[in-house]
Amino acid sequence: METRATRIVLGAWTALVILFLLVPIVLISVYAFNASNVQSWPITHFSTSWFGQAWRNTEIRDALWLSVRVGLISTGIALGLGSAAAFAVHRFRFFGREAISFILVLPIALPGIITGMALNSFFVTGGVTLSLWTIVIGHATFCIVVVYNNVIARLRRVPGSLTEASMDLGADGWQTFRYVTLPVLSTAIVAGGLLAFALSFDEVIVTYFTAGAQNTLPLWILGAIRQGTNLPQVNVVVLVVILLTLIPVAVSVRLTRDTGVLRRR
Amino acid sequence: MVVPAAEAGRSLGTARRRISEVLWRRPWLRAAALLTPPLLWFVVIYLLSLVALFVSAFWTIDPFTSELVKHWNVGNFTQIFQQADLRNIIFRTVGLAAAVTITDALLALPVAYFMVRIASPRIRAVLFVGVLIPLWASYLARVYSWRLILQSDGVLNWTLGKVGLPGSGIGYSVWAMWIVFSYLWLPFMILPVYAALERIPDSYLEASRDLGARGMRTTRSIVLPLILPGLVAGSIFTFSLTLGDFITPQLVGGGEQFIANVVYSNVGIANNVPFAAAYATVPVVVMAVYLTIARRLGAFEAL
Repeated sequence: METRATRIVLGAWTALVILFLLVPIVLISVYAFNASNVQSWPITHFSTSWFGQAWRNTEIRDALWLSVRVGLISTGIALGLGSAAAFAVHRFRFFGREAISFILVLPIALPGIITGMALNSFFVTGGVTLSLWTIVIGHATFCIVVVYNNVIARLRRVPGSLTEASMDLGADGWQTFRYVTLPVLSTAIVAGGLLAFALSFDEVIVTYFTAGAQNTLPLWILGAIRQGTNLPQVNVVVLVVILLTLIPVAVSVRLTRDTGVLRRR
Repeated sequence: MVVPAAEAGRSLGTARRRISEVLWRRPWLRAAALLTPPLLWFVVIYLLSLVALFVSAFWTIDPFTSELVKHWNVGNFTQIFQQADLRNIIFRTVGLAAAVTITDALLALPVAYFMVRIASPRIRAVLFVGVLIPLWASYLARVYSWRLILQSDGVLNWTLGKVGLPGSGIGYSVWAMWIVFSYLWLPFMILPVYAALERIPDSYLEASRDLGARGMRTTRSIVLPLILPGLVAGSIFTFSLTLGDFITPQLVGGGEQFIANVVYSNVGIANNVPFAAAYATVPVVVMAVYLTIARRLGAFEAL
């Protein structure tokens, strides 16, 4: 229906925009193999030596370990609370239901600096020492939203007749949950958890306001870039962070595309 | 020995059955059990701290002792209205957010159109991956990569030199921020516009052509009005994310102040949380106005 010229122009435009989106990511990945400690282009010598150096840097290792722990704990909390909220909002009609679904979107809709600042002054005035746990509280708050969105989207697609059929066949509430509801939801829950972990692992702004003396991996990167120190190791760490956020997201996209038990084809 | 075990199993089964019966008869009990933990988390931790923050916007800091003075007044807000540099920062930030939003809309529209109506399913899948990778690849990594690209001995000037053009010198400037913000939030614009375009039936465009409209006319009179909710939905992200970001201005900007930077330095260095809280209400108010307009334009159905 479009003329040939239109198709070519649109195709070229699309190719350029996608290139614009991908080139910086490819480039930063190439920089990880830059042998020099000066970050200028073109790169003259390539080497993998910075990988070993970054691994032996205890600051980076501590930051990585903290990021992993924060990500896992926040994801765990989010899985429990986010799924429970999704069940309740989907299953029951009650006063204030709309208000709850609005509140649950706030941590994503409001700029991160506001969430971060609010939690920071809350902890400081409450006399809470900033620690691993204050970071977890900050992260879990927006991770809950991610899990909630994933689970409620799946619940809306599951016909209510599935659980009714299970009850009619004599299953009690627990059995229905264990053998019908949970298998139908499992991929959505796992996908939500993976997205939550990726989001937590990469978060800077809320982390900045809720972390005390300790560094997560993004905070370490931010500090190093600002001071202009350890830049070759920053390149390596940045590549690792890209991979560690993209892999869970890729798995999660796979899982939500194919809807587990509900699969039709 | 076997019989008691079986009996125990049966009584366990009946106990479980009784509990599920009780829960089935009293749905409010189930709802309460499910809702209480997440609600407690959100109300006690999140809402309470948000409310406390905005209450503190009406307090002040004693300039001599830097102690918090819990005395209600609107001094912080009148300061924002009266001080010219603080007002200019607001205009500059909103202006940048608007420029980024328009740039992203112009970049995204043809891409989304190509993906929906021209690309084969295979190419469409490849393009999707191309949009989703930058959406999820680490935020800091992408900003840092642009810092390296735009700096004076970076890829941009090297490429310009290769084709015989003079170096650009746009590293660490408002131009750099405009490019980087447009880059960072572009996927957030492409995806809702794509979704909006996908919902236009082919027959609408065919009808337009049958009635004698050429390509431009169809685009202007049929496509644009129908995808407006998608464009507005995307612009909510590009606008709000630009307003709240203080890291990109720090890493690629040229030292100009933006709303989030002022908030950030008042929390950290100046330790004037009441003023930071008052200034942070500015992006919230801007977004509230924006969302009200967006709601009228039907953007929430397109999210």
